[in-house]
Amino acid sequence: MIEFLIQPWSWWFSGIVIVSIMFFLLYFGKSFGFSANLRTICAVGGAGKKVKFFDFNWRAQIWNLVFLAGAIIGGFVANQFMSNGEPVQLAEATIADLNALGFSNPTSIQPEELFSWEAVFTLKGFLILALGGLLVGFGARYAGGCTSGHAISGLADLQLPSLIAVIGFFIGGLIMTFGIFPLIF
Amino acid sequence: MKLIKFLALGIVFGIVMAKSEALSWYRIQEMFRFQSFHMYGIIGTAVVLGVLGIALIKKFNVRDNEGNPIVFYPKAKSVARYLMGGAIFGLGWALSGACPGPMVVNIGYGYLTMAIVFLFATIGTFIYGLVKDKLPH
Repeated sequence: MIEFLIQPWSWWFSGIVIVSIMFFLLYFGKSFGFSANLRTICAVGGAGKKVKFFDFNWRAQIWNLVFLAGAIIGGFVANQFMSNGEPVQLAEATIADLNALGFSNPTSIQPEELFSWEAVFTLKGFLILALGGLLVGFGARYAGGCTSGHAISGLADLQLPSLIAVIGFFIGGLIMTFGIFPLIF
Repeated sequence: MKLIKFLALGIVFGIVMAKSEALSWYRIQEMFRFQSFHMYGIIGTAVVLGVLGIALIKKFNVRDNEGNPIVFYPKAKSVARYLMGGAIFGLGWALSGACPGPMVVNIGYGYLTMAIVFLFATIGTFIYGLVKDKLPH
């Protein structure tokens, strides 16, 4: 059992756990949508005084901020107590493609080239993280949801808008991966 | 104390994001390059079981823990906002290798620089709120 939990989880087991979280939230009268927290954080910070979009009863969203706090704890727990410290077992083809872009072979779960402090203290490194975040935060709200809200909850409810959003996710992701990465890396 | 259950679910969410490696920039690259089934398997499993479960909830009018019916609100019909918003999201997802959930899981995992991504995601949402009325929806 312990061994099963410590090794990386299979896709099917992970999928079952994720959809179970969605069903528990439905059972508790809520819906699974993580990026709504970004809007809530703006509202908590007082953005509602200036911008109508953030003028809503954010107190009704506190449960989701608590969920966010749990997610941080979960990440900590997974690393401290459930990790075998092995790098990601990435597909050979991906390793080759990333090598060609100047990334070294994975030694952990994230590339040092992007997420080490050394990388962040370069202008390019900082801009990559900042721009990545800006696009995600802007796009998630424009599209009305992120991976949890559209790709999981929305598709599970057979919502056409969510399918369109997921197609959009891939249009953007493919443009970045195949069009922009060769220019910036 | 009603909130404890959401903390618990959040913890499970953080653990599954980490143990499935969905929080890894590498895995997102692998997905967008169509070089592994892994991410598709995760999302696909969740969606297939989700479709079945939600169909059953609707068929049997399942109620939540407080006795209220579980209702699903159809999202507003549009193409522009979902396609363009989605594409902007996708650009950022591939670049930073994280959607909003995995961003905070990464912070807990020890990748503190992901806090920069999360901070700017919050700023991105704020900018959307500012310019929302000027965008096609």
